[in-house]
Amino acid sequence: MCKSTLPNQMGLSFDMDQGGDNAAAELVSHVDRRPRIGIRGRGYLMKFGTEIVALSLFTFAALVAAGFGMDEPFRQHMWVLFFVLLGFVGILIRNTSFEAAAPIDPSAYMDGPIRYGAIATMFWGVVGMLVGVVIALQLAYPDLNIQPWFNFGRLRPLHTSGVVFAFGGNALLCTSLYVVQRTCRARLFGGDLAWFVFWGYQLFIVMAATGYLLGITESREYAEPEWYVDIWLTIVWVAYLILFLGTIFKRKEPHIYVANWFYLSFIVTIAMLHVINNLSMPASFLGSKSYSAFSGVQDALTQWWYGHNAVGFFLTAGFLGMMYYFVPKQANRPVYSYRLSIIHFWAIIFLYIWAGPHHLHYTALPDWAQTLGMVFSIMLWMPSWGGMINGLMTLSGAWDKLRTDPIIRMMVMAIAFYGMSTFEGPMMSIKAVNSLSHYTDWTIGHVHSGALGWVGMISFGAIYFMVPKLWNRERLYSLRLVTWHFWLATLGIVVYAAVMWVSGVMQGLMWREYDEQGFLVYSFAETVAAMHPYYVMRAIGGAMYLSGALIMAWNIAMTILGYQREEEPMPGSVPALQPAE
Amino acid sequence: MGLMDRHALIEKNATLLLVGSLLVVTVGGIVEIAPLFYLDNTIEKVEGMRPYSPLELVGRNIYVREGCYLCHSQMIRPFRDEVERYGHYSLAAESMYDHPFQWGSKRTGPDLARVGDRYSNAWHVAHLSDPRSVVPESIMPSYAFLKDAPIEVKDFSTHLVANRRVSVPYDDDMIAHANADLMAQADPNADTSGLEARYPKAKIGDFDGNPQQVTEMDALVAYLQMLGTLVDFKNYDEAAGFR
Repeated sequence: MCKSTLPNQMGLSFDMDQGGDNAAAELVSHVDRRPRIGIRGRGYLMKFGTEIVALSLFTFAALVAAGFGMDEPFRQHMWVLFFVLLGFVGILIRNTSFEAAAPIDPSAYMDGPIRYGAIATMFWGVVGMLVGVVIALQLAYPDLNIQPWFNFGRLRPLHTSGVVFAFGGNALLCTSLYVVQRTCRARLFGGDLAWFVFWGYQLFIVMAATGYLLGITESREYAEPEWYVDIWLTIVWVAYLILFLGTIFKRKEPHIYVANWFYLSFIVTIAMLHVINNLSMPASFLGSKSYSAFSGVQDALTQWWYGHNAVGFFLTAGFLGMMYYFVPKQANRPVYSYRLSIIHFWAIIFLYIWAGPHHLHYTALPDWAQTLGMVFSIMLWMPSWGGMINGLMTLSGAWDKLRTDPIIRMMVMAIAFYGMSTFEGPMMSIKAVNSLSHYTDWTIGHVHSGALGWVGMISFGAIYFMVPKLWNRERLYSLRLVTWHFWLATLGIVVYAAVMWVSGVMQGLMWREYDEQGFLVYSFAETVAAMHPYYVMRAIGGAMYLSGALIMAWNIAMTILGYQREEEPMPGSVPALQPAE
Repeated sequence: MGLMDRHALIEKNATLLLVGSLLVVTVGGIVEIAPLFYLDNTIEKVEGMRPYSPLELVGRNIYVREGCYLCHSQMIRPFRDEVERYGHYSLAAESMYDHPFQWGSKRTGPDLARVGDRYSNAWHVAHLSDPRSVVPESIMPSYAFLKDAPIEVKDFSTHLVANRRVSVPYDDDMIAHANADLMAQADPNADTSGLEARYPKAKIGDFDGNPQQVTEMDALVAYLQMLGTLVDFKNYDEAAGFR
């Protein structure tokens, strides 16, 4: 192990972005420098002045709400908010200064929030996956439930939101900001807006996560946070849209690169889904409880219109944007087909939105809606595979890199899992198949082959690609550790998905099994008992995947700290010496 | 490819791209969801549905709070095995006052759409407190803490008002008596004639085995005991309700 040649590029100080100045200040000359908006005294300029004042007001408001809240969970939640905001204020005060900030180069990329985003992705990934292993073990060994805060019912949303919104969301946030700057050749729009989006999003995650543990939930799957956290996310998300779109408007490149189409449609669609699905009526403005605007069957379809498109746009369109930038970059090959990318972009965003009703087959949802959902879900197979083909064929002429480059291997495995789960999904949306698979672990297996295989692997690939560049490192700390990560993750997914297929189909068949006299063979409790070995195996698969992520966290941390591991190069990556003739 | 050439226009104009993709993604939702609000046959005509009593609503909020929907569905599908195991398949009408719906998506535990009246109050309390004491194979967490959690009410009528704002038919009488009804339903000695008139078929009495106090256990059991018991299927016309 040796220190790299670039020891001084920690880049982890709070204000990494060349002074964190705002756009207005960039435009004025160095001599005649107007102070930025903030607290001033005798021509001095207080950095973070406005932020400190605004945050202090919010901190005080949280304290008031903690005192006067209508229900106990709300008061506890406001105490959490109070201490988090107090921490923010403290950090800002410690980092403030009264000197004029150094001017920033408006043509340089703004990578500070992206560096933070890469670290946050890694951090929340490990947390979310760890909670996943814990709840998997709770199903196998129910004594691991610790009431009331750590019961399965409260931890499960923590796991799903943790991996989808905290890990996946941060991965999307930081890669989208990385990609949009480089493909538009423009610095991020709006000065410190990117910092607001980053920290605002982390605050959303913390409030959502602590809310679940306190029992604050709307019980809408993947949209559990209560009304006030939803309002906050709406504000942050609109800021994100302005940031992303503003950067595209600033572009020096006339053409908007395909990755940005996917990112943009993901951001705008999630805004629409989030706002409509979370319409609700609070019982009190100082209480945690709200009642959703819709009821019963309308509520169910609105929720699954949202829920399926959290998959379709958050976990698919956004990550396809990632694929369209990082796979060509890592493979050093152009995107396979330009036409295919146009067709599959419009087809996928049009068709995905219809697929929600397949979550409600044979329920009290009218049949016409179920059938419509099924038909569109099956059609969705085609554009999904269009994306897969475009991603895989980008490696044309570079397939040999699979042997030598574990990062490209990871990306290819991600696209392969994308193809598999987008075949499995349409198949499960067929009503006859769904009558067996619905309510069983087969669904859970399907979700994880997509989430661990596609979303996880493509994010890992993108982070491995970005981190050395963001911190000006020559290379990653270790490529061999990437290989370890690859195999642990791949085997973990295979174990997980295979076990859940077997247990899901078994469960579905046991529920409907009749004996020759026409009686149901199994009581429900017997089917629960039969699941035990599969639950244990599933936890093992998940633990393998988690251990891969821990290896990655170590590898990334060492890369950021500037170390390079002394190791044999990957076989084939260095041309073998020819014997002299 | 003329169409492909014209696509270049969108690729160079961020506003067009934004508006275009927003329009494309709104179509599906409008076609699928909007009709559910105006097609008359979306919700069957049934007899017996009423809004939740205050105690049942508190119980339902606890059901939501604890994430019960993550392992228990409340939606019986029209299959022979499900109808035999759980009872008549679920109707849309039975969740018409459910804000939010609790149909669920996973059966780690059994369906609860018609669990009402299936077990005694004492069984429920034992099962919630220590699931494996009554079902050895169960993997459910313990909810014993509900017995020790008195219901914290400042003014529960605000919850009924919020429901009325999203069109649950709570009348002024129900709202005025919300706090009293909440306590009376779990009190074996209270005068409950008004409560029974407002909420027909409501289960009344002490639920958790502790008549001194109205606890979250009382509320949750009151909710579980009424699930699926309201609609009178003797008068339900299957053919008319078919959609």
